[in-house]
Amino acid sequence: MQSQKESKIKVAIDSIKFPLLAIVFAFIIGAFFIIWTGNNPIMAYGELFSGSIGNISRFGETLLKATPLIFTGLAVGFGYRCGLFNIGVEGQYIFGTIFAVSGGWVFRDMPGFILPGILLVLGAIGGAIWAFIPGILKAKRGVNEVIISIMLNYTALYIANYIVRSVLNPSILLGGDKKAYSVMIPDQGRLTALTEFIPSFGYSSVNTGIVIAIIMALIIWFILFKTTLGYEVRSVGFNPYASEYGGISIAKNITLAMVISGALAGLAGAVTVIGLTFKVDMASGMPGYGFDGIAVALVGKNHPIGILASALLFGILKNGERKMQIAGIPKEVVGIIQSIIIIFIAAEAIGSYLPDIKKKFSKKSKEEVQV
Amino acid sequence: MTNVVEMKNITKVFPGVVANDQVNFELKKGEIHVLLGENGAGKTTLMNILYGLYEQTDGDIFIKGQLQKIKDPSVAISLGIGMVHQHFMLVEPFTVTENIILGSETHKGFANSVLDLETANKKVKEISELYGLAVDPSAKIQDISVGMQQRVEILKTLYRGAEILILDEPTAVLTPQEIDELGEILKKLVEQDKSIILITHKLKEVMAMSDRVTVIRRGKVIETLDKNNTNIDELAELMVGRKVNLKVDKKTHEKDGDVVLKVEGLMAEDNRGSHALKGVDFEVKSGEIFAIAGVDGNGQGQLVEVLTGLRKSTGGSFSIKGVDLSHATTKEILKNSVAHIPEDRHKRGLVLQHSLAENGILGNHLDEPFSKNGLLDENEIHAYSKKLIDEYDVRTPSERVQANALSGGNQQKFIVAREINRHPELIIASQPTRGVDVGAIEFIHRKLVEQRDQGKAILLVSLELDEVMALADRIAVIYDGKIVGVVEGSEANERELGIMMAGGNAKA
Repeated sequence: MQSQKESKIKVAIDSIKFPLLAIVFAFIIGAFFIIWTGNNPIMAYGELFSGSIGNISRFGETLLKATPLIFTGLAVGFGYRCGLFNIGVEGQYIFGTIFAVSGGWVFRDMPGFILPGILLVLGAIGGAIWAFIPGILKAKRGVNEVIISIMLNYTALYIANYIVRSVLNPSILLGGDKKAYSVMIPDQGRLTALTEFIPSFGYSSVNTGIVIAIIMALIIWFILFKTTLGYEVRSVGFNPYASEYGGISIAKNITLAMVISGALAGLAGAVTVIGLTFKVDMASGMPGYGFDGIAVALVGKNHPIGILASALLFGILKNGERKMQIAGIPKEVVGIIQSIIIIFIAAEAIGSYLPDIKKKFSKKSKEEVQV
Repeated sequence: MTNVVEMKNITKVFPGVVANDQVNFELKKGEIHVLLGENGAGKTTLMNILYGLYEQTDGDIFIKGQLQKIKDPSVAISLGIGMVHQHFMLVEPFTVTENIILGSETHKGFANSVLDLETANKKVKEISELYGLAVDPSAKIQDISVGMQQRVEILKTLYRGAEILILDEPTAVLTPQEIDELGEILKKLVEQDKSIILITHKLKEVMAMSDRVTVIRRGKVIETLDKNNTNIDELAELMVGRKVNLKVDKKTHEKDGDVVLKVEGLMAEDNRGSHALKGVDFEVKSGEIFAIAGVDGNGQGQLVEVLTGLRKSTGGSFSIKGVDLSHATTKEILKNSVAHIPEDRHKRGLVLQHSLAENGILGNHLDEPFSKNGLLDENEIHAYSKKLIDEYDVRTPSERVQANALSGGNQQKFIVAREINRHPELIIASQPTRGVDVGAIEFIHRKLVEQRDQGKAILLVSLELDEVMALADRIAVIYDGKIVGVVEGSEANERELGIMMAGGNAKA
């Protein structure tokens, strides 16, 4: 039993070794760019980290930035476990925000102990509905989910803008001037700021959304690895033919995985709306959480716990860049570091093919030697 | 006779394993030299080195007495070496000539910009007549038989001026008659001073076709023998490293078992929508091994897929123990006591990235004790896999390793273990010993016969006629989507089956 535990730990170390190395290398290469801009990399990184984890309230802001990334990272990661590339997390996120803010208006008289929960569920439903479309098309007709969901991102964006401008605009529901944003979430429907429990979070707007995100990551981990649903989803993701052979319905699992992925994306939207913005603004472009979620999932190797860690890293980078910029270092450096991390990790996926083939061969022959 | 190829002390090391260890190999001018060994023994690696696909770690290669460094296949081709791979590398919608000239096209016209198919056609015809390789140069690859396609591959090497031909498992896809024809072709090539290396693990072919044979085991040359001074049993022993029992012991079967599988007028299409099964009828009774013999691509794959719910039938029906399952899903069919050993263990049989434990419950994962109310019971799952591994002697460090860490033979044993432990009434075994070593073949055959003796019905689909003849109580031959005849296993002979496999009428 002991050795099994040890080997599990070894596997865990093996799987995070490479992402950690990639991050270290990315920071080293980033240092050269900082030197190129005529600055001191140690100073720059000092600012970056003091700006993001320097004190508890800054750390709070980092957690706030990480919150939606955990959800969207989980969304992308869950889809990927079933072999799906859900690039439509953006659109599903937008639908989550619209469903949550609509619920906030419709149920504005509900008491505070139940309303946030209802709004979260509505957000999840919104995202799930939007993801169901590419899911069912892929399952039943074999339509490529990437193309459909990219297109649905724009559809979602403009539908949301239309709804904010007309149906949910304060000018229509409450009277007064036309606004570029929707009605507000009622006070009792909002998530509580953590600073109310722990005053040292200070000015930070970090809220119970981060707690929900962490719980969600644990739930997704449980679903993936401890339930028959997760077993089927992972089997289909690894090898749809073998799954089919084992009596597993590919169509059912693809649809289901897409819907769960969309629900997570919708949750990201709902948590942002009821935890931070309290309204939905009209937007000219994508919010970007969905695309960041792809990077988060990639760095976290589509493992819920890895996604928690990588969302935190992205939170640190996003939050720290401001203080770095104030110190006169271009914030693009952070973008460069992020990109290099992603390139390294993507390159591992490519590079691992070669040793894989060799390994296979060597193991094969070793076995044959025993026979 | 002079040596056209001399490989001296060739060593090839892959990370963690020595694939070829100090191998010496000689090919004389004008001989057919068989390289004999089990899967994974290192024979293909050795030939890939000769053809420039791998570079040796150590050792020298002499071609016609000259030391050569063969860095890539283009060097090999320029030295007059040609290789016909096990899986043909042909462009299906292209004609024979177009395939043959691909990569060394003839040109004409302004700035040599026009493809000169006429000259090419003529040259292809000349070569094919010279060596007795009859093909139609203007036929499309997709319209000609596998045997013909193999000729095209051989022509391709000859067109490029090959003097030394390497054929990797050339008979795997051929009918007995086509194998005889190949033998004739090889003899003609040798008469024209070509030298041929034949890679195979089939002993009969060694005796039929070769002049000399080199046996490779675990990366080492065991011995090089003259065919005339050896026999099948000796070669088998040299190849495996111990005495092999090539005969399967089995009792005579009960003729009056209950009908377990009944197939009536079954029809199905292949992926391209053409008719692959054109009305198939047969019955499999309990306590018998019923084999379907035939050349690859005559509907066997579709038949197995339909019977296991992986493909929809387009007509006819089948039932298991009286339950009509013509339109059932795979899940329902598995529930009706059917086990399936698939022909492609990597595609169907295993989720390679899953652990063995997870693979052990594939198809049973919704049943107790492995899961309850949607939650997996890991203790039960691991205990079960350990049991499978122990009972079937699967060589693995533990049930936690990924399935792709095992050798083919051990993967196959694990699948057989899983399927038999489903306690089925009907076992559908599709090429159950494809690409596994002799040890595993013996083991799997024994297990199938054991199941038969316990009264299970077994449907065996195999392209290996030897396997069919060794195991089957009754043999049906499938040709072009139809069963062309059923014979008693004890009365079957290879010639008769071969004629039926090629679509001929055996009784005539």
